[in-house]
Amino acid sequence: MQLKESFAGTLESGDIHIRLLPSDKPGLTINLESSVAYQFGDQIRRVITESLTDFGIDSAEVNATDKGALDCTIRARVTAAAVRATGKDVWAD
Amino acid sequence: MMFVPGNNPGMMADAHIYGPDSIMLDLEDSVTLAEKDTARLLVYNALKSVDYGDTEMVVRINPLNTPYGKKDIEAVVKAGVDVIRMPKTETAEEVVEVEREIERVERELGCVGRTQIMAAIESALGICNAYAIATASPRMMGIALGAEDYCANLKTQRTPDGDELRLARETIVVAARAAGIAALDTVYSNLDDMETFRKEVEYIHRLGFDGKSIINPRQIEVVNEVFAPTEKAIEKARTILAAIREAEKKGSGVIAVNGKMVDRPVVIRAQRTIDLAIASGILKEEDV
Repeated sequence: MQLKESFAGTLESGDIHIRLLPSDKPGLTINLESSVAYQFGDQIRRVITESLTDFGIDSAEVNATDKGALDCTIRARVTAAAVRATGKDVWAD
Repeated sequence: MMFVPGNNPGMMADAHIYGPDSIMLDLEDSVTLAEKDTARLLVYNALKSVDYGDTEMVVRINPLNTPYGKKDIEAVVKAGVDVIRMPKTETAEEVVEVEREIERVERELGCVGRTQIMAAIESALGICNAYAIATASPRMMGIALGAEDYCANLKTQRTPDGDELRLARETIVVAARAAGIAALDTVYSNLDDMETFRKEVEYIHRLGFDGKSIINPRQIEVVNEVFAPTEKAIEKARTILAAIREAEKKGSGVIAVNGKMVDRPVVIRAQRTIDLAIASGILKEEDV
C-alpha cells in the first residue's frame, strides 16, 4: 500500500505520538520510546503491529513516543496515522 | 453529565473514576477541525475498550450538515454508545435525520432501536421548537440547554443570576415534562466560583431539571449534594409509599398521612424522592 509520511497523537500524559513513514524494506520497523518500555514494550509493539496489519499495511517505519497510553489509545492513534498516510478512511463517506 | 473532550485520551480513560452519572465524550466544539478524524477514532476505541461500568455513555457528535456528522454516528453506534447528543438542534426534522442515520447503522449491526438521542437546544429557534424536538423520535431521552451559543444567538451574555436564560430553562423543563423525557441544564464554566455554581444548581433543581452538565470532576459533589434528597424527605416519602401500599391492600381511596391528604401527585413526588435516593446511593433498591 502506498504511504506518505503522517502523524497522529500528542506527547501529553496518557497519549502516544505516532509517526508513520514509507519503507523500502518489507515488514514493520517499530522504533519505540517509552518510560514503560521495559514492562510494556512488547505489548505496545504488538498493538502497533496488529493495528497496521488490520489496516492492510505490512511495510512501514513507525516512530512511536509513548506517554503511558492504553491499548485503545495506541490502536486509535496508529489507525489515525494509517488513514492519514493512505487517504483510506475506516468510515463510509 | 460530565463533558470530556474527545481528543484527550488521558481524561477519557479516567473520567468514570470520579463517579458522574453520565459522561459525554465531545467530538464537536472541543475538537479542532484538523483533529476530527483522530478524536473520532479515540472515542470509538475508548467506548469499545474502557470499562465504564454502569456510567451512561453519551457522545456529542458534529452536526449532520458538516463533513463529520455521519461518520461520527457510524463510529459511535458501532462502538455501542448509549446516547448520541445532537448539538445546536433547531427543528424536529434534524432529529429525524439523525435518527435515520442511526437506524441505517443499527440495521447493519442488527440492533435497531439500541441508541437513544439527546438534543441540545442552543438558539432562539430551538427554544421555540422545544416540544417538537422533544417528541420528534421515540429515541429521544432528553433535551438540554446549551447556554453559550444560546446567549450569542440572543445577542446577550451570561450573567451570574442567569436572567437571560430564564425563558429557555423554563421552556426546556416544560417541554421535557410534556414529552416525558429528561431535562438537563447547561454548564457553568467558572471553576473558581463554586458558590455561584452551587446557587445555579439549586436554582435549576427548583425549576425541575433532572441534572446539570459539568466540565470538571470538582463540580460532581455539589450537584449530587443539591439533587440528593434529605433524610427527612426520604423518611416522609417512605411513610407515604407505605401508607399507599397499605391503603391499596385494603381497597381504600384517598388517604391521609400525618393529617395531610395523600393523592396522586404526592405519591409521584414521594416515588421520585425514593428514586433519587437510590440514584444518589443513599438507599439501596433492596432497602425499599
